Amino acid sequence: MSQENKTTAGDDTAQKSSDTTIQYLSFVLGKEEYGVDILRVQEIRSWEPVSRVPNVPYYEKGVVNLRGAIVPIIDLRERFSLSKAEYTPLTVVVVLQTGNGSLTRIMGVVVDSVSDVISVERSEIQGAPDFGTKVSNEFINGLVSVNERMVMLLDVDKLLIIENMDQSEG
Amino acid sequence: MSIDMSQFHQVFFEECFEGLEAMESGLLSLDIGDIDSEVINTIFRAAHSIKGGSGTFGFTVVAGYTHIMETLLDEMRDGRRQVTKPAVDVLLGSVDCLREMLTSIQNEEDVNAASVAKHQAALELELNGSSGGGEQTAAPVQEIVHVPVIVEEPEEEEEEIPEEQGWKIAFCPYLNLLKTGNDPVRLFRELKVHGELTTNVNIQDVPPFAELDPEECNISWELKLVTDDSEATIREIFSWVEEDCALELSPLAKPKKIKKAKKPVAATPVIEAEAVKVENATPPAPAAPVIKKPAVETDASKNAPKASSSIRVDTDKIDTLINMVGEVVITQSMLGLIGENFSMDKVGLLKRGLAQLERHTRDLQQSVMNIRMLPISFVFSRFPRLVHDISTKLDKKITLKLVGENTEVDKAVVELINDPLVHLIRNSLDHGIEMPAARVAAGKPETGTIELKAYHRGGHIVIEIVDDGGGMDKNRLFAKAVEKGLVEESTILSDKQILELIFMPGFSTAEQLTDISGRGVGMDVVRRNIQSLGGNIDIISELGKGTTIAIHLPLTLAILDGQSVAVGDETYIVPLVSIIESINITEKMLNKVAGKGETFKLRNEYLPIIRMREIFNVKSGAATKSNEGVIVVVEGQGALCGFLVDELLGQQQVVIKSLEANYRRVEGVSGATILGDGSVALILDVPGLVRLSVR
Repeated sequence: MSQENKTTAGDDTAQKSSDTTIQYLSFVLGKEEYGVDILRVQEIRSWEPVSRVPNVPYYEKGVVNLRGAIVPIIDLRERFSLSKAEYTPLTVVVVLQTGNGSLTRIMGVVVDSVSDVISVERSEIQGAPDFGTKVSNEFINGLVSVNERMVMLLDVDKLLIIENMDQSEG
Repeated sequence: MSIDMSQFHQVFFEECFEGLEAMESGLLSLDIGDIDSEVINTIFRAAHSIKGGSGTFGFTVVAGYTHIMETLLDEMRDGRRQVTKPAVDVLLGSVDCLREMLTSIQNEEDVNAASVAKHQAALELELNGSSGGGEQTAAPVQEIVHVPVIVEEPEEEEEEIPEEQGWKIAFCPYLNLLKTGNDPVRLFRELKVHGELTTNVNIQDVPPFAELDPEECNISWELKLVTDDSEATIREIFSWVEEDCALELSPLAKPKKIKKAKKPVAATPVIEAEAVKVENATPPAPAAPVIKKPAVETDASKNAPKASSSIRVDTDKIDTLINMVGEVVITQSMLGLIGENFSMDKVGLLKRGLAQLERHTRDLQQSVMNIRMLPISFVFSRFPRLVHDISTKLDKKITLKLVGENTEVDKAVVELINDPLVHLIRNSLDHGIEMPAARVAAGKPETGTIELKAYHRGGHIVIEIVDDGGGMDKNRLFAKAVEKGLVEESTILSDKQILELIFMPGFSTAEQLTDISGRGVGMDVVRRNIQSLGGNIDIISELGKGTTIAIHLPLTLAILDGQSVAVGDETYIVPLVSIIESINITEKMLNKVAGKGETFKLRNEYLPIIRMREIFNVKSGAATKSNEGVIVVVEGQGALCGFLVDELLGQQQVVIKSLEANYRRVEGVSGATILGDGSVALILDVPGLVRLSVR
């Protein structure tokens, strides 16, 4: 996977048919495939060592310097309680942005690899069923089937809000 | 043609607050009896701009109010009215009232009508009750009529035909109108298409022929257009010149009320508000190249729901910055060239280029920092008023001396230092300076002096508040502290420690509570605020001679001198200001308290130890043995304590980055910074860590 900025590649087509279709960047965690709204993806980077931040949940790996901004890195595998994977030079960090109002935040999530850009018709998205699994479905917006594969669509804002709520508890 | 006026509101408010500040300082500097007409002129001009501006933006309450003030000021300016202390006080009150009004409008709240009415009544009373001449009492409106506008025909006919439909247009081009390629004549021709046009030209600003610049437009017009067309249509015509002129439109037929008001004014050519605006619009134009002062944030802390803050920057500073950037770009391309086909013989060149880059980067950094620098006078300038008001209230005679107002300091510091300073000045006024009789009895001049000084020392700015008042009675301070249960009677304290008692929460020596000070909340808050800015505060006081309070603050909040320390494989930055010393530990210095808490002995004092490795859960690196490592002795929240780290790495200036912008607040960490190798290091929050370790 090259490190080029995926958003620009996806933008043109996204705008043409933005009414009914949404584009998602899909990535892999273990054997599972997840998708995030491509307009939320700022860039894709390779993994590089982070500076650990003391006394925070284990899945918050630390912070990195992203062109002058201090950006937290979250391990999605650990966040979703999946088995831990070793970080290799092929491990990828997807830098996502979330905006509620004027406040935008940037966050990096560690994933095994990014796989594809998928266009999804709004009508194809199914609601998230109660998995009854460890994967908390509060982050999941819905499910979609692409070439017989199931992709779980993540809600970026919710992912980040949860991070911040942890703060008020601790 | 509709433009969104609200986009100019921010600028308007800034200018208004600046104007108010100017009025206030002008009023305070007015020496009753010996009036400097220039000062009155300044005040008048400020009032005038506010009036004009608020009229333009449709804040009629403000415009109406300022109008009355202006009337009063105009009489003073013309010498028709004595400048008396009550009048000045009323005007000062009006300045406050205006500020309140503008703040409410800015925050989109309702204007406090009761307070406005009160001040307005006071103003009107001053205007009508004790006017210098006789005729003013009759019609205050008349006062503005002296504005020297040449009017070809008095508007008598207009009064006869109030049904006339149309618009009155005050068109006042700025000097540069012609340079933008616009010709007023074309506009008039266009207007004529819409109806019958009468023009009155105003040429009073045209300079003598010798000084005339043919490229400047010194003329303004008073137009009357009889038409059925809407205001929007008329504005459309002016849309091309909108930015180069002051334009006022008012309907011809509607203002019946105004006509009634002006009837008693007989023959004088009345031009009402427009005339005033014509005059108002003119002065800004010649003053265009003035280097703008940075914006004033009035009471920023008190008005929380404020729009984004802005800063006005001296154009010189920006030019320097652009120069610097140019230099950096050149160096960068030079280095790029060297790198393109690099061979070892170019090492010398490369080194030289890098040295150059380093120098330019440092310069660039400095000039960027400079942009945020404001003279401390932004804080100081509001104190003459404070001193004036409070000394009047307390019946004390006090002069305030300001020294070093041009000392520059970071904008953030300027904003945050205000409240602590107000508190300290109030204290000096209330407790420091004695009553005049007591002063004379003590052989001191009747008038007390408070000196407010600012100067640079090292990388710090020092602000001193020096009063020649009674000073602090150390015995009384001690007795009070014992009485309040803050210290044991048997405790032996040095003079300095006694003075420091006033920083303890709940300490107040005032016998009586006044509304000025003495509630015992305060000094501790002041010290906390100043420490949160990374500064500290010292007191020197001599009984009977006075008190000096010195505040040391870092020049900027964006950069910090730090000591990098290693804990395991991780690097942390300890702010240098909080470090007292660093020592190598030896086994015998360590003591355990109740088997857990550790202390060490530093020159007869037992200090608690915080093991960074434990408090931050550092697992990497070889574990330091209990008797190895370095203790960094720091001061946090007034208490000393020792941080046990593995190694000291080096001192450096670090740029403070927010951890919260994208992440969260982390206990014991005040921010982050980026080290030379591009990695992130956390900056320790010393007081926070001390708190954390207690838990």
